[in-house]
Amino acid sequence: MAEETRLKVRIDREKCQGHARCFALAPELFELDEKGNGRERGDGTVAPELEDKAYLARANCPEFAIDVVEDESK
Amino acid sequence: MSRPPPVRDWATDFDHRDPRWIENPYPIWEELRRSCPIARTERFAGAYFPSRYADVKAIAYDTEHFSSRRIIVRETRPPLIPAPPITSDPPAHRPAKQVLLPAFTPEAITRHEPRARDICRTLIARFAGKGGCDAATEYAQEIPVRVIAHMLGVPEQEGDLYRKWIHEILELGITDIQAALRASDEMIAYFAGHIAERRARPRDDLINYLVNVRVEGRALSDEHINGTLRLLLIAGIDTTWSAIGSCLWHLAGHPEDRRRLAAEPALMPSAVEEFLRAYAPVTMAREVVKETQINGCTFTPGHMVLLSFPAANRDPAEFREADRVVLDRKENRHAAFGLGIHRCVGSNLARMEIRVALEEWLKRIAEFRLDPKAPVTWSQGTVRGPRRLPLLFQG
Repeated sequence: MAEETRLKVRIDREKCQGHARCFALAPELFELDEKGNGRERGDGTVAPELEDKAYLARANCPEFAIDVVEDESK
Repeated sequence: MSRPPPVRDWATDFDHRDPRWIENPYPIWEELRRSCPIARTERFAGAYFPSRYADVKAIAYDTEHFSSRRIIVRETRPPLIPAPPITSDPPAHRPAKQVLLPAFTPEAITRHEPRARDICRTLIARFAGKGGCDAATEYAQEIPVRVIAHMLGVPEQEGDLYRKWIHEILELGITDIQAALRASDEMIAYFAGHIAERRARPRDDLINYLVNVRVEGRALSDEHINGTLRLLLIAGIDTTWSAIGSCLWHLAGHPEDRRRLAAEPALMPSAVEEFLRAYAPVTMAREVVKETQINGCTFTPGHMVLLSFPAANRDPAEFREADRVVLDRKENRHAAFGLGIHRCVGSNLARMEIRVALEEWLKRIAEFRLDPKAPVTWSQGTVRGPRRLPLLFQG
């Protein structure tokens, strides 16, 4: 476990326009606010079994608002 | 329908009313992408047509040089008729858009799904035993009109009236501006009546919500409410009707996709996105308000830009096998609902209606084909979709 790198997803709120593709494709990782704009759930940490979904959400965001990054702190 | 002079050269004289463009615009756009990615025309008092995804995106994001105050390319520049937020630029755009968003989130739209499903089943029951139907007029066009009428709180039975206005504003009105202005006046009077009625007798609908809502402590003006209602009615009907029609047209002509979708219902969400990409119905427009250059082309103030999200969606630089429908396409950043601040407020509603319309159709009519004896006809102008779609199936 010690050397394992976790991924994190992050939505740039300035870029997000509420297409809601992330929530449709990976509801485990993203939620929508009362206006329908996306945000990452919790601190955005991606469980290993959800890594494909994180990349899928990124590949379907028309505004390029989703980042998938390696979490250095873990 | 008006007949403009035939196009001499697509790069310097394009016209989206040309019968070749209406019938099958994709080869024209493909050629332009290769030879002259931003086409021009002296028609419409001057207009541009960017055919590549990157240029469409750059213009959609650039609200400084490209205004939304005019969003339809017409032969003349009629008086401005605001329909916020679609005709709004920053900073007025944001509050006008924000106020609508809560009614159109995926969660809010889920509440309308059972009704949409009922509508689809009722329509299908009328023709399922007859061996054929016009899927554009007997099915696709009737679904969104009833759903949006219910949401707004206007009579579902007045669909013919709503479609008449839409035809006059979006199609006839490209050439005959008087027809568009007349229809617009009729809509203004129609909704003024509804607004006054809600003030007297409140109801639980979107009109009432807009009458009561406060933005930074202030009520919206009647002019603003009226403009927004006209927008919701027009945008809520024509677009999704066209999308549903295009999906059924594709499935009628592609048995392998039809059978796969019927056999694998889990494919539906990605299939809907792919149909939206390949057959995006909506082309918007912008008015150049400040000179600028994009991709080597100078945009002159006063000219219009035909902002084709459908063309962007077919750009092979952005989409692998862009002209092929791939039901399980994994990477699909299509621009069917626009890009940037003007992302379609009804996108979640449209997605739900398309999905439900296809699910209910395929459950009842799994096998169907185009009627070889009756031609498919397509709309012209801002919204692309079949207006006659004669299909045959086992009665």
